[in-house]
Amino acid sequence: MLLRKVSQSSAICGSILRIPPALSGAQLQAGVAVQNARLYANQAAQAVLEKPEAVTADAATKVEKQTVAAESKSFAVNIFKGQISTAQVFPFPSVLNEEQEQFLRELVGPVSKFFEEVNDPAKNDALEKVEDHTMEGLKEMGAFGLQVPPDLGGLGLSNTQYARLVEIVGGHDMGVGITLGAHQSIGFKGILLFGNPAQKEKYLPKLATGENVAAFCLTEPASGSDAASIKTTAVLSPCGKYYTLNGSKIWISNGGLAEIFTVFAKTPMEDPKTGEMKDKITAFVVERSFGGVTNGPPEKKMGIKASNTAEVYFDNVRVPVDCVLGEVGGGFKVAMNILNNGRFGMAAALSGTMKSVLAKAVDHAANRTQFGNKIHTYGAIQEKMARMAMLHYVTESMAYMISGNMDSGATEFQIEAAISKIFASEAAWTVTDECIQVMGGMGFMKDTGVERVMRDLRIFRIFEGTNDILRLFVALNGFQNAGNQLKNLQKALRNPLANTGLLTVEISKRAKRIAGFSTGLTLQGAVHPELAKSGDLAVKAIEQFGAVTEQLLIKHGKKIIDEQFVLKRVADCAIDLYAMVVVLSRASRSLSQGHASAQHEKMLCETWCMEAHDRIMRDITLLRSGESKQLFKNLRSISGALVENGGVVSPHPLGF
Amino acid sequence: MSGRVLVGVKRVIDYAVKIRVKPDNSGVVTDGVKHSMNPFCEIAVEEAVKLKEKKLIKEVVAVSCGPQQSQETIRTALAMGADRGIHVEVTGKDYENLGPLQVSKILAALAKKEDAQLVILGKQAIDDDCNQTGQMTAALLDWPQGTFASEVALEADKIKVVREIDGGLETIKVNTPAVLTADLRLNTPRYATLPNIMKAKKKKIANVKPADLGVDLTSRLEVLRVEEPPQRQAGVKVETVDDLVGKLKEAGRI
Repeated sequence: MLLRKVSQSSAICGSILRIPPALSGAQLQAGVAVQNARLYANQAAQAVLEKPEAVTADAATKVEKQTVAAESKSFAVNIFKGQISTAQVFPFPSVLNEEQEQFLRELVGPVSKFFEEVNDPAKNDALEKVEDHTMEGLKEMGAFGLQVPPDLGGLGLSNTQYARLVEIVGGHDMGVGITLGAHQSIGFKGILLFGNPAQKEKYLPKLATGENVAAFCLTEPASGSDAASIKTTAVLSPCGKYYTLNGSKIWISNGGLAEIFTVFAKTPMEDPKTGEMKDKITAFVVERSFGGVTNGPPEKKMGIKASNTAEVYFDNVRVPVDCVLGEVGGGFKVAMNILNNGRFGMAAALSGTMKSVLAKAVDHAANRTQFGNKIHTYGAIQEKMARMAMLHYVTESMAYMISGNMDSGATEFQIEAAISKIFASEAAWTVTDECIQVMGGMGFMKDTGVERVMRDLRIFRIFEGTNDILRLFVALNGFQNAGNQLKNLQKALRNPLANTGLLTVEISKRAKRIAGFSTGLTLQGAVHPELAKSGDLAVKAIEQFGAVTEQLLIKHGKKIIDEQFVLKRVADCAIDLYAMVVVLSRASRSLSQGHASAQHEKMLCETWCMEAHDRIMRDITLLRSGESKQLFKNLRSISGALVENGGVVSPHPLGF
Repeated sequence: MSGRVLVGVKRVIDYAVKIRVKPDNSGVVTDGVKHSMNPFCEIAVEEAVKLKEKKLIKEVVAVSCGPQQSQETIRTALAMGADRGIHVEVTGKDYENLGPLQVSKILAALAKKEDAQLVILGKQAIDDDCNQTGQMTAALLDWPQGTFASEVALEADKIKVVREIDGGLETIKVNTPAVLTADLRLNTPRYATLPNIMKAKKKKIANVKPADLGVDLTSRLEVLRVEEPPQRQAGVKVETVDDLVGKLKEAGRI
């Protein structure tokens, strides 16, 4: 799907819009609003019900369970409540059994070799397509069916194994990476996750070998980030045997190559309660051979030129009812699950990119002499290199933390997955930019090969949910969970005598926070003793973050969804907190296991935590202060004036 | 004729790795260093697999001598198309002293045990560059040898081998059983594809100890010292032709 600026915004609307009208009103001494508590409770529950569920085809049954099981194991979910859940983050996941590890070791060599010796990224970029022999080689290689079960012709890789291989791809050629990713990470992932046995047997074998290429079709000319607004329609025939599909999709990765399309379209459905006809999104598997499927010419792009991107048109395509993916009307959930399940792969691929780019910068810095010394001896270069290394370390840790969580059956990782996509795409951009800076003029030259990486990287901050939309997604998802906790507290306050225990805990927690004492949260026992100081920084940041989250919820209530200036900063804090904890976990493991690199990793971790803590505290201070109100007001006004003026408002300093 | 080919596959430090000498000059650093199959062995495997694909032989057996990790090298050969593997386990001091003579004794013993029709080896390994194992194996078995092969053709009970020799190519015919060693231009080895690696998991690797084969691994060589190649000395710039001639005379070059 490339360039599909899909979003979660509708996911957010589905869930968050129902958040409490209650919290803005009267406040009690504990700082919690209790009025309309019941209304809030009902709506929050509804919000959870409508929340896009993570993974698994049998999600439907799990949704109900989720509403009951309020305690989430997700680290990210819990920090919004000012709590620490270590279950998914400590110790650093180690999920490969001996056989899986052995198999993966055997795969790494040949895949690396293929990309070093056969694939030519510069040539692919110049030709604006993956060279034919490379494409054939990749198919023979098995690269098109990494996660397809072995009995259906694939390699049956776990998420962690998959991550390790796409890391290699990302280190060499992102154009090829997107060709492969658009195929299996999103193109046919829907069949893997939601397909029935017949659909799996019919499609997966040919997709696994690459005989058929797949594409994911969601984005439309008028529907980018707002994915729920698609106009493509699928109307059931009077005989009930097929749907007639009409519409056009844009910026579809592999759109010109694909035989199999996962297509999202609106289907008119009767509301079981009211009997009204409403449009709901349904996912379909569409074969090019159905007829009526055509595509435009390959788009001219800034980067990932080797990857084919095209418009795809559906003109009265007759799609058999057997091709409905998941439930009729359940397409939005299908789309969100596919995307949630693929994001860790992007982090893995980009950690590979950073590793390659970093090696180039190091090589140059170690060998280039200026003013009589190698340039790596200068502080200006040292700081760049150290920061590049930290960004890589965080990204890599996130990728394998999440893939590990997914492989151990975690179902709630959508906030973490979104964080990893945001972080990885921005870190890779910074690292590559700094690599070019370290290399100076040499970095700007095409033959060095870094400018292509820079161009290729740009899209990662845009597609599969722009980072801006994903920040809102992270913040609002977190707020929703924090809201649920407040709801319980509100219930307790309605009957204080029966809930003295809970209230004592909560009130003393708040009193301590206000007084600046620790609330008793700790990472001791989880974090290696040598990293205790960094662990404390994380704990302090989480305490303050939980407090500010609650204050914001109380202050804004349901209007929080409109406070994007606030949400962005809340998301930034959550991202930094998650980054802190993944490196704390990974460096702790290295220290405990006595890795040769343990002290180096400790340094990466400590440095990261120091700076991340400061950033978080700065954001929190701003959010609490009255200044932020003025700041946001200014930003809003400036933007407004620009729009009104059609550009820059201030006159030229020379007057003409 | 058994229709069986024995292929030797050696685990060596990957060709792309920058080699570092151990501080005590006893050898090179191998811990934590990427290893892979010796490139000439890959060519040998490819040739054997091709013969099998042409149905000229029936079975390809890959052999590697070394520690546990040698099995990874055998797995690569299996993924390329070898039918089964034999891991001759050699560890510790024995592994450090393992040279062409010891390996060729092992290979000769296995060739007899397996009733092999052909032994195909790489012409040399890229770590020690010995270029002796093929020749020694042939001698120990008293079989004909076709070394530095750039073309191999099976003709009835004979093998035509085009050899790369100084100044050109030499074509010879040898009887079977024989020992062949592969030169660079014999073929282009295929890539082990991921599905084939997966299928290779089911292929068997037998574990054998040198003693089981009656092979004595005692080495008659002692490594005294391993050193880095000398660093290139910095040059000087000269202003005129006369300066250049002067310097060259000084250095005793002219």
